[in-house]
Amino acid sequence: MKRIEDHPVLDFDRGEKVVFYFEGRPIEGYTNETIAAALHAAGIKVLGYSARKHRPRGFFCAIGKCSSCLMVVDGRPNVRTCMEFVRPGIHVRRQHGLESIVQEEGDE
Amino acid sequence: MSERYELAVVGGGPAGLSAALMASKFGVKTVLVDENRKLGGQLVKQTHKFFGSYEHMAGVRGIAIGRKLSEEVMNDPNITVMLSTTAIGYYEDGTLALHQREPEEKLIDIKPQTVIFATGARENMLAFPGNDLPGVYGAGAVQTLMNVYGVLPGERVLMIGSGNIGLIVTYQLLQAGSRVEAIVEILPRIGGYIVHASKVRRYGVPILTRHTIIEAIGDEKVEGAVIAQVDERFRPIPGTERELDVDVICLAVGLAPIINLTWQAGVEIAYIPELGGHVPWHDEDMRTNVPNVFVAGDLAGIEEATTAMIEGELAALSAVEFLGKASPSELAAKREDAHSRLEDLRLTVFSEKVKAGIEKLKNWRADLTERAGKTPS
Repeated sequence: MKRIEDHPVLDFDRGEKVVFYFEGRPIEGYTNETIAAALHAAGIKVLGYSARKHRPRGFFCAIGKCSSCLMVVDGRPNVRTCMEFVRPGIHVRRQHGLESIVQEEGDE
Repeated sequence: MSERYELAVVGGGPAGLSAALMASKFGVKTVLVDENRKLGGQLVKQTHKFFGSYEHMAGVRGIAIGRKLSEEVMNDPNITVMLSTTAIGYYEDGTLALHQREPEEKLIDIKPQTVIFATGARENMLAFPGNDLPGVYGAGAVQTLMNVYGVLPGERVLMIGSGNIGLIVTYQLLQAGSRVEAIVEILPRIGGYIVHASKVRRYGVPILTRHTIIEAIGDEKVEGAVIAQVDERFRPIPGTERELDVDVICLAVGLAPIINLTWQAGVEIAYIPELGGHVPWHDEDMRTNVPNVFVAGDLAGIEEATTAMIEGELAALSAVEFLGKASPSELAAKREDAHSRLEDLRLTVFSEKVKAGIEKLKNWRADLTERAGKTPS
């Protein structure tokens, strides 16, 4: 897909252009874009696979309600990538099913 | 546990924003919580102009209304705004649990004296093979992607549903540079305003009434769609199937209220299809059966941003009454004014359904009691 350059009504404040990683591969995104939006702009629609039938999953609602866009971000599963914004250098990968929650440093 | 707020408003869309502003007029110390980075709710993606109903907002784009209300709220000394914060629970002792994601992640609990839930709605799904494929998007999602983030949802789109949302989003897709191959509508007539329908037709988008989607084609993502004509009983007519080369299937088939928090708060949930399905029980002044809990906007029944704003005012007035911040006569005048504006907005044929739903909700408790006395036959 692509970003809209010329819109009759809207101007987009995309923020700063940064690089983050999808499945280890560098992707250009902007700090005012959600991870799901930046991936879509890069032509990546499959964000994960379902738990039992391993069906491909993309986003559906884009406003944090449907849980269809859950991905693993910096090792953390179940991140709603339609709500989480792009940050420079983050590592994003497709989630396979539920995955397990890693104990974070400092957790009891 | 921080300072004690008199009112927490959950949701910074049209209903929540106007609720906070109305409460502020009575000096209510309010916290407004929203899970996005910006206030405005779904107004942030409404590039179309509103119709001539709400006296101050006629002909104004939704985004402009959102921006104006947001600015007022941000500059209001009585209102504390918490952004990037999701309300994740409301407990028996009145604790509202919040999860803040930015600037740093933390869990916060507050104990507001009153709560107005204005949590909005989520999009409906439609059952067809392949409906879980990436590329099947809700109409609101398509709007978010193209109008908020400036990313084109796809090259060729099939729109399902010819209500106002389906028609408006079709037009917005054309503005953004996508092709819309067709709009399919299962009913024999177009659902939305004729002025919107004429506009997309002028751009050459066919509106196929008595049609539905049969399946989405594709392994990893949408690569096409099969549509067909339906008979009087909405069954597909064999032999009328047609394949469309599309990469996005956009569903504009209605919304459902997000009731989770009100349910947890102990608000009775009624099932009223005309209002979008399960809705929190409420009276005409937006009180629920829980004395310090109020509702407004799409959560209280799927309708429009204009009506949501007035419901927000009414919910705020009820919270003000609970808090004992105003005299009954002062409240009466404001309530009367709000109710008359609401009535005006609900004069169109499109409001018949909502009005029928509100009527059902009024009788819901009595109906339940009556039904409970009967054995199913």
